[in-house]
Amino acid sequence: MLKINNVVKIFNKNTINQKIALNGIDLELEEGDFVTVIGGNGAGKSTLLNVIAGVFSPDEGKIILDGKDITNVPEHKRSADVARVFQDPMKGTAAEMNVEENVAIAKMRGKKRGLGWNVTKEDKKKFKELVSQLDLGLENYMSQKVSLLSGGQRQALTLLMATINKPKLLLLDEHTAALDPKTAEKVLEITSKVTQNQTTVMITHNMKDALRFGNKIIMMNEGKIVFSASGEEKKKLTVNALLEKFAIVGNQTDRVLLS
Amino acid sequence: MLLQLCAPLTAVFNVLPGSIADGFIWSILTIGVFISYKILNIADMSVEGTFALGGTVTAALLTIGVPVSVAMIVGAIGGFIAGVFTAILHTKLKIPAILSGILTMFILYSINIHVLGNKASLALLGRITLMRKLAEATSPMVANLIVGGIFALLTVGASYWFFGTKYGSSVRATGCNPEMARAQGINTDGRIILTLGISNALAALSGSLLAQSNNNVTANMGSGAIVIGLAGVVLGEAFVKEKWPFAFRLIGVLAGSVLYRIVIALALQLLNGFLTADDMKLISAVLIIAVLAAKRFSAKRPLKTKSNNLSENLNAENK
Repeated sequence: MLKINNVVKIFNKNTINQKIALNGIDLELEEGDFVTVIGGNGAGKSTLLNVIAGVFSPDEGKIILDGKDITNVPEHKRSADVARVFQDPMKGTAAEMNVEENVAIAKMRGKKRGLGWNVTKEDKKKFKELVSQLDLGLENYMSQKVSLLSGGQRQALTLLMATINKPKLLLLDEHTAALDPKTAEKVLEITSKVTQNQTTVMITHNMKDALRFGNKIIMMNEGKIVFSASGEEKKKLTVNALLEKFAIVGNQTDRVLLS
Repeated sequence: MLLQLCAPLTAVFNVLPGSIADGFIWSILTIGVFISYKILNIADMSVEGTFALGGTVTAALLTIGVPVSVAMIVGAIGGFIAGVFTAILHTKLKIPAILSGILTMFILYSINIHVLGNKASLALLGRITLMRKLAEATSPMVANLIVGGIFALLTVGASYWFFGTKYGSSVRATGCNPEMARAQGINTDGRIILTLGISNALAALSGSLLAQSNNNVTANMGSGAIVIGLAGVVLGEAFVKEKWPFAFRLIGVLAGSVLYRIVIALALQLLNGFLTADDMKLISAVLIIAVLAAKRFSAKRPLKTKSNNLSENLNAENK
């Protein structure tokens, strides 16, 4: 499904600020896999997601999605297959457009946008039904600008928009980190609802979420995957076991932060 | 006493038809500026050049006997190409948008003089303009009102339609949140290139109509066009709240453009002796600052409570 081969990404190459963000990443996902990614700050988690999404190209290595080499396919062309939810709830929706217009834009992801009406009467009904599945009462505010919604509501809407046409791959970049605990929980609930049989990569800072979600887990440090587990092995993992792994790779400061 | 009261009223009455006609013609530029500044979120200075380009191309072509419709279309295409040029400087060469626009404006200043046959101005008296037949049958004022009005309404209608389509909505998303747009598969560079083209084509169309209405063009007739366009946008948005539907915002821009002309004409008429036509730029800038300042001090509070209410309502429903 997704094959990442020896991907290297270096920022500010050949300058004094050179930073090797990804240092030879190999990762393989099967259809329906849900992998959680953990690691300290600067471990390369977000860079990995950005390279998969096409925000920038890797310096070395290959990214193959469904047998197709997408290493150098531009971001907007990749998004038909790769959907994203950002950490910042403001980033995933167009604030000045209303709820149904946002949903309509997501509905056309990967298709040719012509001169047909963006939101037809039929769409209105369909979108209302879809939004009501979020169970947030948002369906009563379909023609309100998204800027009037709270961060949690916007993040839930972004999740719906990301999965409205089932993408081949869903990327979640600490999508609950900017929310208060109660809202984060609600958004995670929605996450588990919309990611049934959905190949997903989720970055999280929360060890419990990393263990609760998914069938695979990888731990990153200094641009490398330093630990991975899947299936039964992952089920047996505990937060303490993960923290110990962290200690071994030398992330003492993160150990404090994460416990 | 009565006379004193009447003087301003007559002044209003005298300037009204001419100002409205002017406002209609300039509103096409204003909508162009609205599209670049408000929808794409780009302050595009190229309109200063493309507004004049529309006028000079139309005038030059009319002078050599080209039919007026063709002259106007060629003028608008010229504006489109210049807008695309600015957008390419910005998106592909990564030159900041404001500088890209200024560069295009500079290039066009030279081009406009060449288009006029190396002259600074050209008279159109006696040429067959769009307004001429109507003006002969009625009066120049009525002709300007009707032709300007038709074009203004057509521009509002076409903009409403375009930005309501799937493609147009993707342009709005591009201006509002380019990161989200790209994540939704929208080619943001492509959208900016096409839309700045459209915005400048409108500016050129506006300049073409103004040239015909004035029966005269100068190579620097676009000087200050960006400020006049912004004045219309700002005045329009002073009355139409941002949360209102898109159609209202477009009509607000049209109204703002007309209102701006009336205010300027009145200021010049009533303060005759203090202010001259040379002060128009000064009045325009002061007007924009005043409206923006008023907005800053008045709009902040009510908007915020509204957003809180909605969030609270939603939260309450979830409990």
